[in-house]
Amino acid sequence: MAGMGMGGVLLGRVPVLGATSRPRMETPWLDTGIKRQLADVALNAARSKGATYADVRIGRYLNQFIITREDKVLNIVDTESYGMGIRVIANGSWGFAATDKLDKDNIARSAEMAVSIAKENARLQSQPVQLAPQKGYGEVSWKTPIIKNGFDIPIKEKAEMLLAVNDAAMKAGASFIDTALFLVNEQKYFASTDGSYIDQDIHRIWPTFTVTKIDSKTGKFETRDSLGSPMGTGYEYLTPDDSRKIRTVTTLYRDRYDMLEDARLAAVQAGEKLAAKSVEPGKYDLVLDPSNLYLTIHESAGHPSELDRVLGYEANFAGTSFLTLDKWKTKKFNYGSKLVNIVADRTQPGSLGAVGYDDEGVGCKEWDIIKDGVLVNYQAIRDQAHIIGLNESQGCCYSQSWQDVQFQRMANISLRPGPTPLTPNELIKNVEKGIYIVGAGSYSIDQQRYNFQFSGQLFYEIRNGKIAGMLKDVAYQANTQEFWNSCAAVCDQRDYRLGGTFFDGKGQPPQSNAVSHGSATARFNGINVINTARKI
Amino acid sequence: MALLTQDEARTLLQKVLSFSKADECQVSLNGTIGGNIRYALNSVSTSGSLNQMSLGISSVYGKRLGTTTINEYDDASLEKAVRRSENLARLAPENPEFMPFLGPQDYDTPARTYVAQTAAIDSKLRADLVQQSLQVSRDNKLAAAGFLENSANFYALMNSHGLFAYTTSTAVNFSVTLRTEDGAGSGYAARGYNDISKLDVLAASKTAAWKAARSKGAKALEPGKYTVILEPAAGIVLMENLYGNLDARNADEGRSFLSLPGGKTRLGEKLVDERINIYSDPHNEDLPTYYYNFDGQPQKKTSWIEKGVIKNLFYSRYWAKQKGVPPVPQPDGIIMDGGTAGIEDLVKSTEKGILVTRLWYIRSVDPQTLLYTGLTRDGTFYIENGEIKFPVKNFRFNESPVIMLNNLETLGKPERTISGETGSLALIPPMKIRDFTFTSLSDAV
Repeated sequence: MAGMGMGGVLLGRVPVLGATSRPRMETPWLDTGIKRQLADVALNAARSKGATYADVRIGRYLNQFIITREDKVLNIVDTESYGMGIRVIANGSWGFAATDKLDKDNIARSAEMAVSIAKENARLQSQPVQLAPQKGYGEVSWKTPIIKNGFDIPIKEKAEMLLAVNDAAMKAGASFIDTALFLVNEQKYFASTDGSYIDQDIHRIWPTFTVTKIDSKTGKFETRDSLGSPMGTGYEYLTPDDSRKIRTVTTLYRDRYDMLEDARLAAVQAGEKLAAKSVEPGKYDLVLDPSNLYLTIHESAGHPSELDRVLGYEANFAGTSFLTLDKWKTKKFNYGSKLVNIVADRTQPGSLGAVGYDDEGVGCKEWDIIKDGVLVNYQAIRDQAHIIGLNESQGCCYSQSWQDVQFQRMANISLRPGPTPLTPNELIKNVEKGIYIVGAGSYSIDQQRYNFQFSGQLFYEIRNGKIAGMLKDVAYQANTQEFWNSCAAVCDQRDYRLGGTFFDGKGQPPQSNAVSHGSATARFNGINVINTARKI
Repeated sequence: MALLTQDEARTLLQKVLSFSKADECQVSLNGTIGGNIRYALNSVSTSGSLNQMSLGISSVYGKRLGTTTINEYDDASLEKAVRRSENLARLAPENPEFMPFLGPQDYDTPARTYVAQTAAIDSKLRADLVQQSLQVSRDNKLAAAGFLENSANFYALMNSHGLFAYTTSTAVNFSVTLRTEDGAGSGYAARGYNDISKLDVLAASKTAAWKAARSKGAKALEPGKYTVILEPAAGIVLMENLYGNLDARNADEGRSFLSLPGGKTRLGEKLVDERINIYSDPHNEDLPTYYYNFDGQPQKKTSWIEKGVIKNLFYSRYWAKQKGVPPVPQPDGIIMDGGTAGIEDLVKSTEKGILVTRLWYIRSVDPQTLLYTGLTRDGTFYIENGEIKFPVKNFRFNESPVIMLNNLETLGKPERTISGETGSLALIPPMKIRDFTFTSLSDAV
């Protein structure tokens, strides 16, 4: 989640960066008929060399980012990357080759390369790849439903918007502000020997900042990050709308973000953090805002329910999972309290993971992972589905670009809102000794997803149902199963919001996946809080 | 398919510059040819080959900067990309921090970052090497998950002020995690070189196998402060967060662990134990790195921490000008001096302590004190009276590398190691540290 500071021209394979200045008259949408012809060259070449299955992804990845600080625009970058990835099964083994030279001869050579790699690897294979059946869709398409295309907004307007945000923060007392706006457009064409030809146009946006406030007398500093989220929407996300704000002791945002207001508040709150009381370590009832809880969901529910981790495919880097198949088979594994209902969804409007079809041509859907606190399912793709008794993939296949091989990635994983009416302010009224935590901070979890430690942006002490002031130096440590079993209340649908990240990392070589996590404010009883203050 | 030669890169970049109408223009080209193979559960999973080249164009009008990248090289695409960067620059507000691009530079002779034998690695050799690793796991009844990748790369830079630089490199990286069949033990090894002849997949896999077998049946110890021995693969992930944060501007602006009240910094102050010496040297034979950085500045041998004193910080060209000092680019590889002791020697000299072979999921907790959290992983052992007694369950730590290097007991013999977190390379010694802070236990294996 290191979104800031990635300016410069040396983008190389930095995953989410790359892009264009719309209107993109100079880069017209590549004709679907041409893409089909190129894809067929690869599919036919792969088949003729002995592939029993092949798929092709032709991608044009356009991104734009604007980096500013205080009263300066540091850089405006458009990147564009175009190429083809060819994946095959030959002799029961996977092979993959990618190229950015899309003439027919080179495409055919790359397809041959993919087949020869598959055959070379087949001698190391203990069992042949088994693909869940997938019907061909023929020629279909899908687009992210957006109102305003961020690439169509003039550069000047976007830069001035960020400078206005910075100005608001500085006038409110910030010492520094770093701001960035990221726009992503994945133009993806998928074709496979199953008979699918799928054209997709996917958009994402992420406005973000960090405000720093320095106490020159003590030399201490505090920061406060943006409470906005990366979203699978258009530029309309940046249109303030009071009816979509939630007011607690601070202001929170649903599907419209008031970046200027948030920056002004951030400057004030960074100052309050400097003067805040250092937390007394111990057990507290935590009230976690969705802007904090999304990251805990990501790490402790999203990752352990990825089937490739469960099976051991990620043991060398991202790790395995405590949600082993034997626990799932009992149909009784108590992951959390009865209030805990966690759902996987690749169709959710506004989410980062929403697409029509995944990167192996499977139509997307929604399914339960944790039902009434019990583990009921995983996240799987075509070559894993049979392992958990499914006869079709759940549509979780993704690659960050044409040049990387697709594999199982996290769907949007979300906590369903509570069934009974409850607002965050009502929830806080019932807490005797607690901490209300807003925004995502430091985060770390072990390689099997048992032990985690999270921090946040804002910490408010709750005493006898009332906010008693701000705290600092707060981090909470817990065991995943104990944490989710301590879930004692979840607010209702009115409070439901999406958080998310552009940088869900997994795989070797590592790839980034963009994914959202929804929840309403929730309460967790008796969680261990540590004090993180040190002296050097 | 081959990398672009220096002449080919120069010709292409000259053509791109010829389209430029801006006040200044800088163009860069990076290309990679390589492949990888990945395996898990003792069987190959995904693998592939990659051949890509990316062009970056930065155009400037006055102090207005616009940047684009593209990977299509016909004349129309090149001209389109140049125009796009110019349009962005025209629309951009003036950036008072913009520094004009550099003119021709006086570079040192390139270090030996490119090894032809590494560039020649093909899918057959990758599979052969992985077969060696799989044999170790089968012989020891373990489950292997690993990754081997190789690449040949070039990076060329040219601008309208006459600067031109070109360099090449190769890399081969291997890592493996071996787990016992019951999932109760796990061991890890990672290696990264420019030169394939230095890579011993068999030996690395045997090391991981030893750790996997010995880590089975871990006992729980109470969290708290312990003497630890950090193997280089564990130490690097904390050290890279120390030397990666030696930024002058953050320090001067008051938002760094190097900041002091009243706008002062710790530059020139003793921060850690006086036995700590950290420097970079592009020509070090064990860690050769590029002789220029991303904006064309020469990379020179530079001392960062000497006898525990902060000797240098990174200065961007803009910040250096503000402060009236020469710019200092951030280095590509770090070297930390050590002693002569091996891990075994450090264990022998330890009365009570914990051997940590890998740390994982390192995240900043407090930038003011450089406090980081993370966990031990894949082989953690209790030491008593100079011997490894038994494996212990994994711990979460909350520790600052600054505090850690003030609690230094002994430095061992440095070795080339690769970060399991970021892939960065360094020469790092094993370190014995007292009072390392473990804050909770983890059930993870």
